This record gives sequence, C-alpha cells and structure tokens, in this order.
Amino acid sequence: MSIDKTDQVQASDAAVDAPAAAPDAVAVVDPRLLVREQGFAGYIGEFKRKMRAGDLGAVPVVIGLIAICAIFQSLNSAFLGAENLNNIFVAMVATGMMSVGIIFVLLLGEIDLSVGSVSGVSAAILAVMSVTHGVNEWLAVLTALAAGAVIGALHGFFFARIGAPAFAVTLAGLLFWNGFMLQLLGANGTINIDGEGVVGKLTTYYFTDVAAAYGLAVVAVAGYFLTAFFGARRREAAGIPSRPLSEIVLRTALLAVAAFAVAVMFNQYKGLPLATLLFVVVLVLSDFVLRRTAYGRKVFALGGSVEASRRAGINVTAVRVSVFAIAGFFAAVGGLFWASKIAAANQSAGAGDLLMNVIAAAVIGGTSLFGGRGRTWNALLGVLVITSIQYGLALEGIATPIQYMITGGVLLATVVIDSISRKTQKSAGRA
Amino acid sequence: MSATPVLALRGVSKRFGAVQALTDVELEVHAGEVVALVGDNGAGKSTLVKTIAGVHPIDDGVIEWDGRPVKVNKPHDAQDLGIATVYQDLALCDNIDVVGNLFLGREIRRRGVLDEVEMERRSRELLQTLSIRIPSVRIPVASLSGGQRQVVAIARSLLGEPKLVILDEPTAALGVEQTAQVLDLVERLRERGHAVILISHNMADVKAVADKVAVLRLGRNNGVFEVKSTSQEEIISAITGATDNAVTRRAARSNVEAQK
Repeated sequence: MSIDKTDQVQASDAAVDAPAAAPDAVAVVDPRLLVREQGFAGYIGEFKRKMRAGDLGAVPVVIGLIAICAIFQSLNSAFLGAENLNNIFVAMVATGMMSVGIIFVLLLGEIDLSVGSVSGVSAAILAVMSVTHGVNEWLAVLTALAAGAVIGALHGFFFARIGAPAFAVTLAGLLFWNGFMLQLLGANGTINIDGEGVVGKLTTYYFTDVAAAYGLAVVAVAGYFLTAFFGARRREAAGIPSRPLSEIVLRTALLAVAAFAVAVMFNQYKGLPLATLLFVVVLVLSDFVLRRTAYGRKVFALGGSVEASRRAGINVTAVRVSVFAIAGFFAAVGGLFWASKIAAANQSAGAGDLLMNVIAAAVIGGTSLFGGRGRTWNALLGVLVITSIQYGLALEGIATPIQYMITGGVLLATVVIDSISRKTQKSAGRA
Repeated sequence: MSATPVLALRGVSKRFGAVQALTDVELEVHAGEVVALVGDNGAGKSTLVKTIAGVHPIDDGVIEWDGRPVKVNKPHDAQDLGIATVYQDLALCDNIDVVGNLFLGREIRRRGVLDEVEMERRSRELLQTLSIRIPSVRIPVASLSGGQRQVVAIARSLLGEPKLVILDEPTAALGVEQTAQVLDLVERLRERGHAVILISHNMADVKAVADKVAVLRLGRNNGVFEVKSTSQEEIISAITGATDNAVTRRAARSNVEAQK
C-alpha cells in the first residue's frame, strides 16, 4: 500500500514536471523520427511528404472532378451554367444520403447490398400511407424512416448475432425488400405523390432569398475557422502540437472560395435548394458523430480489429446492429428524396444502377472497402463525380449504355489509384 | 514489499471436458514484484492467465486479492479489481492512432464529445514517464514497429492504474533492440509499484527482469525459484521435468507391473 502512495506522488510530480520537461524531450528525440517543422513551412513539408508516401487523401478526387468539369465544359458550355450545376446539386442528394449510410457500413469493413431495395420500400410506405390511405404526411415520413432503420437493424441482427455474412444477408434483403415494395405498391405499380407536400418539396423547395445561400456560406466558413482556431488554442494551452494559424487561414480561405462560389451559383438560379442544405447538415452531423464521439470511435475500431475492440470492452454486436440500422435509415432518407425527384413511388424505385452508384460514390470519395478508413465527406465528393458524369453525358445526349461504361471506368480508375497509393503507403511504412 | 500478496491463487483447478488443464496451482504475486511464469507448451500458462483475467472461471480453489477471497467470473470482474492483461496477439487497432488506441473503450469525454486534447496530453505524459519513444502519438498504429506496438499495448494497460499487469509473451517475435525496449518497460512497471506476471519462453528475458520464477508442468506447480539464487539449468530442468524421462518412466512402469 505504501508503495501505491509514493507511486501516486511520483505520478503527480511527473504531471507537474511534464510541461517543463517537454522542450528537453524534443531536443533528445530520436533523429530517425519524423519531426514536423513548426509553422507554415512544416505544413507544406508535411503535405509533400504525405503525397510522396502515397497518402493522397482527397487530392485525386478533386483533380478528377476538375478534369470532369473541364471536359464537359469544353463539350458544352451549359455544363457549368447555374441551372445545370444546380440540378446536379439537387439530384445528387438522394444517392448521397444513401452513400452516407453505406460509409458507416464500409467503415466496419462490411457491405450492405440492400440499400437500394430499402429505399424503394421507404418510398412505397410513404406513398401508400399518405396518398392511398390519407394519413398525415409527416407521420408517413416518420414511419418510412423508422421502417428503414428497423429493416437495417434486422439485417444487422442476422449478421452480428447469428453470424451470417453481411454480404449474404443483405443480398437476401435486396431481393426480399424489392418484392415487399412491389407487393405494397400493388397491381397499379405507380403512386403519384403530392408535389406540394412535405416529400414533394424536398427537392423542389428553394430559399429564394439570396441571403440564405450567402448566409450558409458565411456560417460554414466562420464555423470552420472558429472551431479550428479555438481547437488550436486549446491544444497550445495544453502544450501539445497544434496547427499553425497560417495553415488554418489557408484551409479557411480554400473553403471560403468553394463555399461562396457555390452560393453565387445557387443564387444565379433559384437560390439555396432545401435538398442541398439538408445534405450538408447530414454530412456535418455524421462527420461529427464518426470523428468526435465515442460511438464513432467504436465504429472505426471495429473496422480496424474486431478482437481488439472486443477486448477494449466494446459491445461488438450492438455497434454492428446500430451501424446497419443507420444504413437502413439513410437508405430510407434517400428513398424519400428519390420519390420527391420523380414525384412518385414506382416499381423501378431502388432498382437499376442506384445501389452501384451509392457504393461507387463512397469508394470514389475515398472510403476504403476494407474497413476503418473514410469520412462521410467522401460521399459528397464521390456523388458529385458520379452525378456530374451523368448530367454531363445527358447534356451531350449520350445514352445510358455509354453512361454505365464511363461510370464503371471511373470507379475502376478510383480503385486502381487507391490500390497503388496503398502499396506506396505500405512501402513508405504508413499503412 | 508489502506482506500480503496482491494476488494469490490457492489450489486452483480448471477442467475442460476430459482435460484437467490446471491442478491445485498455487501462485503469489506481491506489489513491485515481477513473477515469471514459465513452462513447456501446453503446461497451462495461458489457461492460468485466462483464469486470472476472468476469461475462464476456475472450477476449484480460491483467488485472493489483497488477502481477501474474490470471484473472477468475467473479464470485467478482473478489470474492476485492477488486473490488466496484455495478450500475445496485440490488441490494437491498426487504423487508429496511438492516442485513440491508448484510450480505446475508455475515451475521455467533455460534454459528451471526445476530448482529444486531454487524451493526447495524457498520452504524451504517460509515454514520457515510461520513456517510450514513438514517432508521433498521432500516427496510425499500423506504421509502428513490432516493439513500439508492444510497448503501446503495455502502456494502454496502465491507463486504468492497475495493481497487477499480466504480460503474455511480450517479447515473442521481437528483435534484440525491441526486446530490450520491452524489458526496460517491465522494469519500470516494477519501479512504479505494479505487480507483474510475465509469461515467457525466453530464459534470458526471465533472468534479466524477473524476481521469481514459477514453473508449471502439465498443469501443476513444479517449483517457485528466486531468480538470483537459481541457475538457468535448474529452471529448465523444472520446466522439462528432467526427473521425468524415458528411463524413469520405464522404471515406474515396471514398478506398477511388479505390484500387480
């Protein structure tokens, strides 16, 4: 016992001494270690080193996006016009929302093949309740979303509790829920929904006041700067390395350019679309959950090592079930946006290339198929790429077969870049 | 050294179906003491560790903690008592950085949100007091060397301020320099007043850091030796059971036959 006490005293001594000892520790650091220079030069150096080591991050996607824009713009000057861009930003939301859900699943290193069918079920439930049976539309929306979450949790249960492979369970779900949707829609096959209703407005409502789009841009930029600034201040106060102010300013400036360019574009057309606003809110919230909460940390941990997570006291089953429920929920959200876009729930909802686009968007954005790596912001970049290609080709009057082939090619290119960069990372000892 | 052992096993037995894995095993560990647990493959070292860690509840016998009998039926019970186990296959997540791994499952929160600043500060402090050197606390564990990962795994077990740390083959598969790093860390654990159980196959490691050596053979105690006053040969003969060889077995068999 006495030893314990002296130990505590030593520990508290060490705590007091630690800040004072820190500068010395830097001086005696092993010369082989990567020590980042202070200030802006350090930031640039770190960036260059990352690039060389194959840690490309979002750089290939951004370059790809710029290339896509340049190509389509040279083919047709309407591509970068306000109307077309605006349509892209609205149309991408349905796929994007589902992509956010699938990123949660991909982070576990699993896959959910049922999201397309589940989105169809959600649209069908909404249409049958609110149109056929005249139920309050808000109630119908909540039911559709809850149904998505429950269906996802069910898949998660079979995977996490029973131990069936997620691939097989959700493949069964793909078929089952597609049949379920057709059954719900009945013989008629298509139920038109009210374009002025809650769901109808999801993709048709615009904040026509120019202040809305600019306001959102200001809030986003200011929010980013203040979070980064005070975060860095707190780290400095705690005596641990922090981002230099110059780096924060540079990042904020880049964000500001992008945000205001998009805001100007929106305001040239009809104003800020409700759909895009909701998507941004979902991205911010999901990113926060994944990177700033204990729950998100558990999701990443499971994607890294299930055994390590179990030993760390993480309830593996509960996290897995919840992740599949999240995927189901976002599939339902995507289904509602889809229904809103075509103003109907029909038999082809959730079919065709939707599922592939959802997964492709996540992967193109930079989410690893092997689990543990990715951010929900990847969904935004990936879905922008896919939707831009779709709309660009549509502008050129290029038919669906070619569209599929090009999207397939882009996906392959992404995976190839990812694999090569991963190899480089391995040889640089950073994977 | 305190008089009551932190952990004492009294006549512990464990069966798996028809296999008697442990029979009447006795073991004592005091604070600030490193006890090496050695034995041949299948001697019951891992089983014994798992009974202490609560993975396999014991069938017979008593586990005493600070002199009081306790029940350890779940890993959680062991953790609550203050027993930390570092298993052979490292329990780290490759994709998460060092700070994240150190605090995995016991993240520090501030208003419901992960407090990365506090976690990083404490990580640096902990690694510094243990003189652990790694490139950065913010790089994924995947980019650390085997030895660095092992010391991170051990450091991780110390965050809960455990009284007893169990290390299962911490130096297996490590290079010379890295093994030295881990052994240094074991000595620092003793200096900090932790009781340590060290499972090892490597006699040199055992001689270097352990105070006592407990030998298991076929699930039974086969002697506890003071490291300073015991030669390596004596320990090895206890492990292999040099008294038990082909000649003695034949003798024993002919004895049995003679009695019939």
